[in-house]
Amino acid sequence: MSEDFLKEVEHVSRLARLNLKPDEKEKVAGQLQSILGIAKKIQELDTTGVEPTSHVINLPAILREDVVRSSLPVDQVLLNAPKRNKNYFQVPRITAVE
Amino acid sequence: MDRYETVIGLEIHVELQTASKLFCGCSATFGGEPNSNCCPVCLGLPGSLPVFNRRAIELAATAALALNSEIQGKSRFDRKNYFYPDLPKAYQVSQYDQPLAKGGFLDFRIKNEIRRVNLERVHLEEEAGKLLHAGESILDAEYSLVDYNRAGIPLLEIVTRPDLRSGSEARFFLESLRLLLLYIGVSDCKMEEGSLRCDANISLRPTGSQELGIKTEVKNMNSFKAVEAALEFEAVRQEKILNSGGKVGQETCHWNEETRETIPLRGKEGSSDYRYFPEPDLLPLLLEKSLIRELAASLPELPLQRFQRLQDNYGLAESEAQIFIDNRDLGDFFESAAKTYNNYRNLANWVQGDFLFQVRERGYRLEKTLPDHLVEILVQLDNGEISRPVAKNLLAESLKTGRSPLELIATNNLGRITGRDQLLPLVEQVIAENPGAVDNFRRGKEKAVAFLVGKVMALSSGRADPGELNRLFRDIITK
Repeated sequence: MSEDFLKEVEHVSRLARLNLKPDEKEKVAGQLQSILGIAKKIQELDTTGVEPTSHVINLPAILREDVVRSSLPVDQVLLNAPKRNKNYFQVPRITAVE
Repeated sequence: MDRYETVIGLEIHVELQTASKLFCGCSATFGGEPNSNCCPVCLGLPGSLPVFNRRAIELAATAALALNSEIQGKSRFDRKNYFYPDLPKAYQVSQYDQPLAKGGFLDFRIKNEIRRVNLERVHLEEEAGKLLHAGESILDAEYSLVDYNRAGIPLLEIVTRPDLRSGSEARFFLESLRLLLLYIGVSDCKMEEGSLRCDANISLRPTGSQELGIKTEVKNMNSFKAVEAALEFEAVRQEKILNSGGKVGQETCHWNEETRETIPLRGKEGSSDYRYFPEPDLLPLLLEKSLIRELAASLPELPLQRFQRLQDNYGLAESEAQIFIDNRDLGDFFESAAKTYNNYRNLANWVQGDFLFQVRERGYRLEKTLPDHLVEILVQLDNGEISRPVAKNLLAESLKTGRSPLELIATNNLGRITGRDQLLPLVEQVIAENPGAVDNFRRGKEKAVAFLVGKVMALSSGRADPGELNRLFRDIITK
């Protein structure tokens, strides 16, 4: 495994907030490389004249009317809160913006 | 000539005025109990799926049309991935390389000139939740509280090209943009409530150079004044760095309203990596040409068009037209009155003068006032039926009671008192009551006659004519 590729794995795992142990990193790197291999293989195909698609179903988006429907009760909204503070989600302080 | 030229581009976010959110039926109303307008979709719970709000798409397209931006028949939504607690899904549904509309421009007036700012794009995305920081500031808060009521409200993003050259230009542009968006009714544009927000990219370059310098991004400007002040401050800060031979760091700065300075936020190393990719939960958005035509046809008159028309149709001065542009309702009132009264300059004078003063002073609701009433007063004044002071009182009284001025004139006997026969009793009364002033006038004191005229004016509640009284007093006393 090249140094550069391991750096890439570190970068991607940091973006995904994954704390990988050194052996996990090796393992994930191997998996990722084989996935990228497949992508590379696909890229060999000649796609001249083919419009890029981001969806397999060839349909336009459906629009709904602008009508208000009832929301969840606040107690249910907060069920998954790591910490509840009155009717708010409480989270650790944010140090940097974004 | 200045050594450096300031180059500014703006990124404006506007909350669209829909009843429900962009992808779900939760209410999009401002305020409300924290986290009371939330559902599985806007909370990003697994298994939930977004569905476009038709009205949001139409409002966004309307704004794009008004901004001369080219609406794309097909556009796509992408996920912008980053972790921040105001984003329940850990990504924001936004648009990346296939935005709703491309290009465009806005012409606006600044110091009696028309300036054009070109646009990069106009796109639609979802609003994030609202963070409340406990503690003094964002940096020393112990923890943060999150309210997701705002999460998922449709948000329009307008990105300008780096066409602005100063903080005050940026402010004028923003004010004009706000007015335009208010005219087309897509947003309430309240900076203090956050429904209109603005971030800026600013850099300096040697005057005459075409290349862009290193820019900083300025955030947290919560008013038009703050935008101007922050950008003027940031330009000076960058100039000092450049003048001392330093290099501006590409960073994000926060405007601090209290200390009135821009503070670079350290700790955001390198450029962000948002890993945009097509949102698999949303199909491509197709906008039919017929819908775009329909929206274009229903665009109201835009501020700059009205500015021109008010001058052309009514012969108003630029300054007068501008007041009616900035105060749209007042302009509507004027135009409504102008249908039955054609001394337009006089009408504009009254509307922007006494009428506006009364309305503001007493807090009357403009939509409840009747243009016909003002016209009645002006017609009576023009015909010489009432005097100017009476006209003013009449306006005040009619605004207060909602009664017709003609009716008030009749019932309160407000018509002018003219002619020797009608005035004589009043004149004689004042002469009898003020022998001192009469003596003074006889001895050659000119001012005494003004005093006597004033007495009759008071006695007649302003219904007499001062000029006529003046002649009458001289006539009677010197005889």
